[in-house]
Amino acid sequence: MSLALHLPALQVVIPLISAPLAVLVRRGGWAFLIVTAASWAALAAAIALWLATADGATISYALGNWPPPWGIEYRVDRLSSFVLLLVSATAAIVLPYARASIEREIPHAQHYLFYAMFALCLTGLLGIAITGDAFNAFVFLEISSLSGYVLIALGRDRRALVAAYQYLIMGSIGATFFVIGVGLLYLMTGTLNLADMAERIGAIRESRSVLAALAFLTVGISLKLALFPLHQWLPNAYTYAPSVVTAFLAATATKVSIYLLIRFYYSVFGESFVFQKLPLPEIMLVMSIAAMFVASLVAAFQNDLKRLLAYSSVSQIGYITLGLSYDTVNGLTASLVHMFNHAVTKGGLFLFVGCAVAVAGGSSLARLSGLARVMPLTSFGIVLGGLSLIGVPGTCGFIGKWYLILAALEKGQWGLAMAVVTSSLLAVAYVWRFVETAYFREPHASLAGRKEAPPALLAPALLLAGAMLYFGLETSVSLGSAAGAAVMLMAVGK
Amino acid sequence: MSGGHVLGALAIPLLGGLLISGCARRPNVREAITLVTSATLFLCVAALLPAVLAGGRPHIQLLEPLAGLPIAFRVEPLGMLFALIASGLWIVNSVYSIGYMRGNDEKHQTRFYVCFALALSATMGIAFAGNLITLFLFYEVLTLVTYPLVTHHGDDAARRGGRVYLGLLLGTSMLFLLPAIVYTWHVTGTTDFQVGGILKTQLSPAATAVLLALFMFGIGKAALMPFHRWLPAAMVAPTPVSALLHAVAVVKAGVFCVIKIIVYIFGLDQLDGSADWLVAVSGFTILAASVIALRADNLKRRLAYSTVSQLSYVVIAAALATPLAIMGAILHLAVHAFGKITLFFAAGAIYTAAHKTDVSELDGIGRRMPLTMGAFAIGALSLIGIPPAAGFIGKWFIMSGAADGRHLFVLAVLAISTLLNAAYFLPVVYAAFFRAPKAGAEMHPHGEAPWPMVAALLFTAGMTVALFFLSANLLHLAGKVVAVNP
Repeated sequence: MSLALHLPALQVVIPLISAPLAVLVRRGGWAFLIVTAASWAALAAAIALWLATADGATISYALGNWPPPWGIEYRVDRLSSFVLLLVSATAAIVLPYARASIEREIPHAQHYLFYAMFALCLTGLLGIAITGDAFNAFVFLEISSLSGYVLIALGRDRRALVAAYQYLIMGSIGATFFVIGVGLLYLMTGTLNLADMAERIGAIRESRSVLAALAFLTVGISLKLALFPLHQWLPNAYTYAPSVVTAFLAATATKVSIYLLIRFYYSVFGESFVFQKLPLPEIMLVMSIAAMFVASLVAAFQNDLKRLLAYSSVSQIGYITLGLSYDTVNGLTASLVHMFNHAVTKGGLFLFVGCAVAVAGGSSLARLSGLARVMPLTSFGIVLGGLSLIGVPGTCGFIGKWYLILAALEKGQWGLAMAVVTSSLLAVAYVWRFVETAYFREPHASLAGRKEAPPALLAPALLLAGAMLYFGLETSVSLGSAAGAAVMLMAVGK
Repeated sequence: MSGGHVLGALAIPLLGGLLISGCARRPNVREAITLVTSATLFLCVAALLPAVLAGGRPHIQLLEPLAGLPIAFRVEPLGMLFALIASGLWIVNSVYSIGYMRGNDEKHQTRFYVCFALALSATMGIAFAGNLITLFLFYEVLTLVTYPLVTHHGDDAARRGGRVYLGLLLGTSMLFLLPAIVYTWHVTGTTDFQVGGILKTQLSPAATAVLLALFMFGIGKAALMPFHRWLPAAMVAPTPVSALLHAVAVVKAGVFCVIKIIVYIFGLDQLDGSADWLVAVSGFTILAASVIALRADNLKRRLAYSTVSQLSYVVIAAALATPLAIMGAILHLAVHAFGKITLFFAAGAIYTAAHKTDVSELDGIGRRMPLTMGAFAIGALSLIGIPPAAGFIGKWFIMSGAADGRHLFVLAVLAISTLLNAAYFLPVVYAAFFRAPKAGAEMHPHGEAPWPMVAALLFTAGMTVALFFLSANLLHLAGKVVAVNP
């Protein structure tokens, strides 16, 4: 099967081509069909790649038949296939929702541009996850970021422009740092291929230039993944972007950045160097704990549901980087599985919030008071997502928390274990702000006589709500991939 | 086949809840479904009894959310007893609920019955859990599905009560119980409930004591001080909720977990000395809660603090960790359920018929509601521990266990507490029957509460007495829990 051989290329090329096609047809409806079909095809490719690498195999694909390390190599292993699956599945679920959602939020004339940008963003995110080339990763990072800025700026609130601008500045600094880091590495090793780089870096690892490269890469990517205190761009971007964009970016953009960080740490610099010779784990630990507590506290005082959830994202990213800082198999498993589960949770949550916004006309808690009486399903979905953020057993948020605590106890770190559970109590505080607003107040005037959002909006959200429960109880896909990838990374990272 | 019954016990209330939610507009059908569901559940649970008595341990395993930690169920005598009590009393409570909810014109009745059914499903999950992770899952589910019941009235008082309820139950379980479970798994590599315990020699006595503390305070539902406040806070709920959930299902789930963890995780032999502090804490809880109950004028509040105190009877007995005391704990778990639900039923009946909530308003009410107050008296006798009410049996075994080990402290606590119990219950009974109604009290005519309520409370009062004479069966089941321990 020649087609199967080219799956790694198709994974990226299909959504890439759909973007100019969407512009060419200039019709919102057609553009929607093209991009949705492309995202489903991408999902099919991702599933095929995930299955092919499930046994631990690594697929190497030489783009344009230029063999690595000279040409660009696409490299799929258990980790990248896991991220590809996450990104493409999110896109495939979110796109059908987009149609009905942007109907209410974006002017008709811009619809085809929205789909084109969405396709580009998807391409970029998939590209980062699949490429085995450092500079190529930078290119895809920029593709996804630039299209991301546009998508955020499409929000109907004028403040969306400022939010996008803020993100643009911060994101560009991050990208610049990233490319400086890559440049330094190229200077020192003479190669851009990640696998090749890893081999050549061995002897010169402790040179000042490589250390500088590591520092630049760490800060640059941390900006992108919104590691506390580099998260300043995130709350505004999530709050003012169109609902569907928030859902998509929250589920994928920060997660792919985390992937990139893990890739550089484990597959290029090597675990023993990054985590044992340098004080990086300590720094990351402090940042993560700060994120878990400060961002959760800030979230509890927000008056806008989207902003509340945005701060919750910052705190949940703290969980993910906390697991990373442990530098153990279970810690890394916690990181990866929580990366996946939080994407499912936050994606679903923002889709439900989008339903509420579509009916109530805003996401401030005041407007959503009494929501449960008017929109019981939507409210229930938000509560379910909230329970997953808290980490209640039976929801997918529990799995990562379990591994975080386990990994902390393995190291004898009772304090860290207590920090994790205490922080999840803070999550109860901010989730219950919504519960008490939606269930104990009289419905807001703008909700009078309204009903649930149309099925086109509700169905994808409910699908993700089901996923929150599914991945909390049956974890062979999520936990299986995460644990497999963690074992692989710890083995080769030495 | 028996595994199927376990699944049935979980699924029947779920299915019932689903059907109930579909019948919001037809109250009669809805209530019929509740009754049929509860009866079916009881039969399903009872069908497991012969196998368990014969020494069988029906088990089933479902999913595996964490590697090596499946959702698994395993029916052993203690869980069997708890499931029988909870499902049996659900039938009675459903009859009572119908009278109460209609008699008081409560709103959102469909939500009420649905949540009730879900709570029972979670209770069954706790009763039959085969390992700690399954127990934890259903423990948290039970907290969450009872939250809408506690906050049923939806007003500010309900919201405040709900905050305390959820904050304490969710808070303790996450802060203490979850780390304790993870640590147990980390140390032993299993979380299965096994005869003789799974923590053999891995931990030093000090570490055992700390882990025990995490477990005991983590199980907030057992209402050990200082984490007991959720129980009085939960009294904002309609009385049927207080009766079944906060006298039986939820609180008994708490002490059930305590017994189960002490017997099947720590093992009775392992605890030597590590549980001394628990004896002290639960002893303090018994006395302190009794004193607070003595001063509470609100009848439901008085009952709630009485429950806090009585739950610690079970904990103190479990902490003694001798076979005799454990039997006492199990018996007390069972008999207290019948006594306390009777008392709550009576409180709800008084509220429905006379609209009275305070003890000081009850002078002479026994003349108008002789049946209700008669049942109340039987419940009170049971809690004080006077034969022929069943409460005596539990107390007898706990005291024998304490006497065996020469625990004078425990004996003293139980003796003082008995006096306190008498001091806060008997005046209520006395006032109801022998005092003249207060002058100036509004004299609107009322008789007994609606008949379903009266029937329910007479039944449980009757059971309280009957259990005294049928205690051999209870003993048989309780003996099986400890018999296999040397």
